[in-house]
Amino acid sequence: METTTLIWLIPLPPLLAFFLIVLFTNRSKALSHTIAVGAAALSFIGSMIVFVRALGVEHLGEHPFESAINWLPTGDTWFRIGVLIDPLGAAVLFFVAITIFMIFLYSVGYHNYGQPAGDHDVKGLPPHGATVTDEHGHKHVVPSVEPMYSRFFAFLGLFAFGMYTLVVSDNLLTLFVGWEIMGLCSYLLIGFWYGKPSARDAAVKAFMTTRVGDVFMLLGIAFLYSATGTLTFREIFTEETLHALASTPAWFGMTASGLIALLLFIGTVGKSAQWPLHVWLPDAMEGPTPVSAMIHAATMVSAGVYAVIRMFPLLTADWNGHELTTTMTIVAFIGAFTALFAATIAVAQNDIKRVLAYSTISQLGYMIAALGIGAYVAAAFHLITHAFFKALLFLGSGSVIHGMEHGVLHTGNHHVDPQDMYNMGGLRKKMPITFWTFLIGGFALSGFPLVTAGFWSKDEILADAFGHGHLAVFVTLAIAAFLTAFYTMRQITLTFLGEPRTEEAKHAQETPWTMTTPLIVLAFFAVTYGWVGISEHFPILGGLVPNWFHDFVGHTLAEVPEAPEFSWIPLLTSLVVALGGLALGYLTYRNVKSVSEDKFQIPLLKNKYYFDEAYNFLFIRPAYWFAENVVYKFLDKGVIDGFLHAFGPFTQGTGSALRNYFDLPVINRAIGDGSAEITYWFGGKLRGIQTGRVQQYLMLALVTFIVIGAALYFFVFAA
Amino acid sequence: MEFLLQPLTLLTFFPLLGVLLILFINAEAKNAIRWVALATSLITFGISLWVLAMFDASNVNLQLVARYDWITVAGWNIQYFLGIDGLSILLVLLTAFLTPISILSTWTAVEERVKDFMIFFLLLEVGMTGVFLAQDLFLFYIFWEFTLVPMYFLIGIWGGPRRIYAAIKFFLYTMAGSILMLLAILWLGIYGGTFSVPDLVALGNIPANIQWWLFLAFTAAFAIKVPMWPLHSWLPDAHVEAPTAGSVILAGVLLKMGTYGFVRFNLPLFPEAAVRAAPWIALLATIGILYGAMVSYAQADVKKLVAYSSVSHLGFVMLGLFAMNPQGIAGGILQMINHGLSTGALFLLVGMIYEQTHTREIKVYGGLWKITPVFGSIMLIVSLSSMGLPGLNGFVGEFTILLGAFGSQAIGNTAYAIASALGVIMAAVYILYMFQKMFLGPQGEIVDEVKKHGHGLRDLNWREIVTVVPLLIFIFWIGLYPKPFFALMAPAVEHLVGMLPIP
Repeated sequence: METTTLIWLIPLPPLLAFFLIVLFTNRSKALSHTIAVGAAALSFIGSMIVFVRALGVEHLGEHPFESAINWLPTGDTWFRIGVLIDPLGAAVLFFVAITIFMIFLYSVGYHNYGQPAGDHDVKGLPPHGATVTDEHGHKHVVPSVEPMYSRFFAFLGLFAFGMYTLVVSDNLLTLFVGWEIMGLCSYLLIGFWYGKPSARDAAVKAFMTTRVGDVFMLLGIAFLYSATGTLTFREIFTEETLHALASTPAWFGMTASGLIALLLFIGTVGKSAQWPLHVWLPDAMEGPTPVSAMIHAATMVSAGVYAVIRMFPLLTADWNGHELTTTMTIVAFIGAFTALFAATIAVAQNDIKRVLAYSTISQLGYMIAALGIGAYVAAAFHLITHAFFKALLFLGSGSVIHGMEHGVLHTGNHHVDPQDMYNMGGLRKKMPITFWTFLIGGFALSGFPLVTAGFWSKDEILADAFGHGHLAVFVTLAIAAFLTAFYTMRQITLTFLGEPRTEEAKHAQETPWTMTTPLIVLAFFAVTYGWVGISEHFPILGGLVPNWFHDFVGHTLAEVPEAPEFSWIPLLTSLVVALGGLALGYLTYRNVKSVSEDKFQIPLLKNKYYFDEAYNFLFIRPAYWFAENVVYKFLDKGVIDGFLHAFGPFTQGTGSALRNYFDLPVINRAIGDGSAEITYWFGGKLRGIQTGRVQQYLMLALVTFIVIGAALYFFVFAA
Repeated sequence: MEFLLQPLTLLTFFPLLGVLLILFINAEAKNAIRWVALATSLITFGISLWVLAMFDASNVNLQLVARYDWITVAGWNIQYFLGIDGLSILLVLLTAFLTPISILSTWTAVEERVKDFMIFFLLLEVGMTGVFLAQDLFLFYIFWEFTLVPMYFLIGIWGGPRRIYAAIKFFLYTMAGSILMLLAILWLGIYGGTFSVPDLVALGNIPANIQWWLFLAFTAAFAIKVPMWPLHSWLPDAHVEAPTAGSVILAGVLLKMGTYGFVRFNLPLFPEAAVRAAPWIALLATIGILYGAMVSYAQADVKKLVAYSSVSHLGFVMLGLFAMNPQGIAGGILQMINHGLSTGALFLLVGMIYEQTHTREIKVYGGLWKITPVFGSIMLIVSLSSMGLPGLNGFVGEFTILLGAFGSQAIGNTAYAIASALGVIMAAVYILYMFQKMFLGPQGEIVDEVKKHGHGLRDLNWREIVTVVPLLIFIFWIGLYPKPFFALMAPAVEHLVGMLPIP
C-alpha cells in the first residue's frame, strides 16, 4: 500500500470501533472490547509500518510523506486538508501508537472483564463488587465488571481517533479538530462515572479550562490564516512566509509571528495543564485509571506540547539565536515556573494518582521551558520518554489501586480509600511485577543516571539551558528535578516498601496478565528509549551508540539545531539532584508509619496554593453573579424589558390622556357633540317655518329674493 | 395552469392544497388531519428537492424565475416575481425540511384543535417560503407580514401560561419594525418605478444620505426579527410560551428571515450605507454574542436558556455577514442553517422531555442519561453541535465566520473577532452547565414525581427518534464534509461581495 494512503487510514479503525460499539455491539462486552483492542492493534501496526518506512527515507525532513484533498472553498481557492509524516511526526506516531495500544489492552483487565456483574452496581458509578459462592458454600466478595464496559471502549476509541488525527495532520485546522475531539473525550471519560458529583464536576472543569485555552488557539489560527492565507504547516514554514511574519509588527512590541505563536501557545497552556490553567488536571483523576494514562501520557497533554514543537519554526521566526524574544521568554517562564510549582505540590499529596498528576504538570513544564529556550530536540525527546514512563506509572498506579481494591473487598471495609498511599505499604511482596515496573518508571521519572530514559532526556534539557546561558531556567529546573526525585521516592517508599499499614494492603493481589503485560512493555521502553538520544559529547558513552534521535528529529527543521558544548556542571547537577532526591526521599519516608508523621503535609501545599478556591472566588462565582444579576435581571429584565413595558403604559397613558382631556372635551364635546347640537338646535328653530303651506313658501321665497337682490344691488352694483 | 406549474409557485403554494383538504375533514378525525398535514409538507419537501435538482450553483443570477405583472396602477408596477439563487436556496430547503419534522413532533403534543393548528402551520410554511423566494419588494412585504398571523395564533392558542403576553409582544414588536420598512419600500418603488429587487439593484445610484435612511429603515425590520441586541427581548418570551413545533420553526426559520433580509436587500440595495454601518453592526453583533451567552448561563428554565443562546448564535451570523468578505458571508449563511438544525433539534428534545414531565426547570432534573440513554446521547450530540465542537456543523460555521471577521476590511478591527471568540467559551459554559445539571449526577426529583403519576420516564419512542435523526444526519454531514453546502452558495456570495464598495 502507498505510504500516504496508509497514513490516511491510521486514525480510522478506532473511529470505526467507536461507531460499531455504539450502534451495534454495546450489549456484548466481549465483542466490544475485541473490536476496540483490534482497532487499536490495526492502527498500531499501520503506525509501525509508516515509522519503519519513514526510517528508510533519506532526507525525510525535506521530502516527507504528504497528501491533501480539497475540503472547504474559501473564496476562489480551496482550503486543503491532508496528512503529513515528517521525522517529528514519525517519532510521535511511534510512541502514541505503542502507548495507546497498551492502554486499550490494559483496560480489559482494569474493568474486570470476566468477573460477574455486581450485586448493587449501577451505571454511572464504579463497580462495588459481587458476591459469589464457591463449591464449598463459602461466600466471597470479588471484583465486579464495570457496568458500562462497552461504552468505555467506545469512548476510548474516539479518544484514540482524536490523537491520531492530530498527529497525522498536515495543517492547523485538522490538528485543532483532533484537539477538540480529545477535549470532548476527556469530558466524557473523566465524567465516566457521572453518578459521582465529583467526577461530574471534574469533567466540566477539564473541558471548560482547556476550552479557555482553545479559544485563544482558535484566534491564533484565525490570525495566522488572515496573515498568510494558509494553515498548512509546510506552507507556513517556508522562509518567505516566516520572514514576512517575523518582520510584521503586531501588538505589545511583538511581531506577528510572535503574537500568533503566543496565542497558539495559550491553547497548549490549557491542554498541557500549565500554570495558570493547570487546575483541571489533578481533578481529572476522577476518571478510571486507563483514562488518566491516556490523558497524561499518550494523548491530550502530549498533544499540547506536540503542538508547540510543531509550531516551533513560527515561535522562533523572529529569534536571532541568542536573546529570547518576548514570546519565548513567556513560554520559558511559564514552563520553568510550572515545573517547580507543580513539583512542590506533589510533595504533599497522599493520593497515589494525584502525585503522578502533579508530576505530569511539572514534567510538561520541563518540555515547555525547553521549547522556550529554543531546545527543540531536547523537548521532543523528553516528550517521548516521558510518555513512556508516565504511561507506565499511571498504569502501575492503576494496578496498585486494583490490588488494593481486592483487599478492600476482602475485608469489606469500604471506608478505606484504596488510592491513599498511607493505606498501602509493603506491596512489593504482593505485587512483584507491578513493583518492579513501577520502580523502573519512577526511576526514569527521577532521572536515575545512565540506565533510565528520563535521565538522558532531562539531562539534555539541563545541558541546553546551561549551555546557552539561561541560568534562571537551569536553576529552576534543577530544583524541580530534585523535588521530582524526592516525591517519587516518597511514593515508592510509602506504597511498596516497608510493611503493610492496613489489613487491606495485606490482602492486595497481583493483577491479571492483561494489566501486567502493558507494564512490562512500557518498562522496556522507559529504559531503552533513552539510548537512542545519547549526546555524542557525553563522556565515554557518547558516540558508542549514534545519537539517532537528534539526527532524525532535528532534520524536521530546515536548519538542524546544534547540540550545546559538553559541560560537567549540568551533568553533575543532574546526577546530584536525581540521586540526592531519591536518597533523601527514601530516608525521610522509610519509617513513616502514618500521615501524622509526614512533615510535608503543609496546608498551603496540600491545598495546591488555594488556586481552586481563588478561581472560584475570582472568576466563577462573580461570572455567575454577573450573568444572573447584572446582565439578566438588571439589563434584560430591568432595562430592556422595563423600557418596553414602560412603552406600553406610556402609550396607554398618552392614549387615555388624549381621550380624557382632548378627545372627550374638545373633539367629542365641542366639535362632535357640539356640531350635532348646533345642527339640532338650528333645525329645531327652523322647524317653525316648515308649515307645508305653498303660499307661505312662495312668500318666503319672494322675501328672500328681494333681500338678496337688495343686498347684491347695494354691495356689488352700487359700489 | 402554466402559472401554477412554475416550480417555485408550486413550492410556495402547495401547502395551501393541504389546507384545503383539511378544511373538509371532520375536526374530530385528528389522525387523518395529522397525516394530511404531514403528507403535504413532505410533498413540499419533495418539490424543494426537485428545485434543488434544477438549480445551477454556478449561475449567480436568479433562476427558475416566475414573473408576472400583478398590480399596475398609476405608474406603480407591482409584480408577482419569484426566483431563487445561491443566497436563498439553502434557506428554502431548510424551511421545507423543518416543517415536516415540526409537524411530526406535534403528533402527541398537540391534542386540542388539531385542525386549526395544522391549518395555521401550513399557512405559515407558505409565508416563509414566499419570503425567501419573493423578488418583488411589495410581494416580499406581503409574505413577510403574512407569517406573523399564523405564528401569532400558534403562540396565542397553543402556547404556555403567558401566551397572550408573548404573542402580543411578538406581534407588536415585529410589526413596529416592519412599518418603517414599508415606508422605505414605498420610497424605493416611487424612486425606481419598480419594486423588482434585481432591477432596483441594477439601477443603483441612490444618493448616499437617502441610502443611509433607507438602510436604517430596512435594518429596523430585520434587526428586530434576527433579533439583534438590544431588540431581542420578544424572543425569549415567544420561545418559552410557544408550543414545541412553534419554537422549532421560530428559531429555525423565522429568525433567518431577518438575517436573510440583510443579505438579500440591505447589502446589494444600499452598498455604501452597508459598508458604512458594518463596524456598528459588528459591535451590536458582538455584544449580542456575549450578552446572549451570559444571560443563557443565568437561566433556570431550559427553554429560556436555549432561546437566549439563539441571541448569541445569531450574533455570529450577523458578524459574518457584515465582515463582507466571502468567508464571512458564506460562513454566516451556513451558520443560519446550522442554527436552524441545532437549535431546532434542541427545542425538539426539550419539548420531548417536557411532554413527559411538564416542567422546564433545570434544577428538578438530574441523572437523566442513566434513565433515558438514547435521549441523553442525542442531547449530548446536539449540545456539542450547538457549542461548536469540531467535527459537527456548528464549528464549520463559527470557524469560517471567525476567519472572515478576523480579516475583514469592512469591520476594520480585529477586536470584534477576538471578543466574539470569547462567546465560544461561554457557549461551552452554559451548554455544559445545562447538560451536567439535567443529564449527569444524582437523579433529580422530577423522576420520582413522574413515577407517582404513572409508569415513570421513558426513553424516546420510534416516532421521536425518526423526528430528530434527520437533523443529526445533517449535523454530522455539514461538520465533516461541508463542501457541497458551500458549493451551492459560493458563486452567489462571490458575486455579492463583488458589488460591495469595500474601502
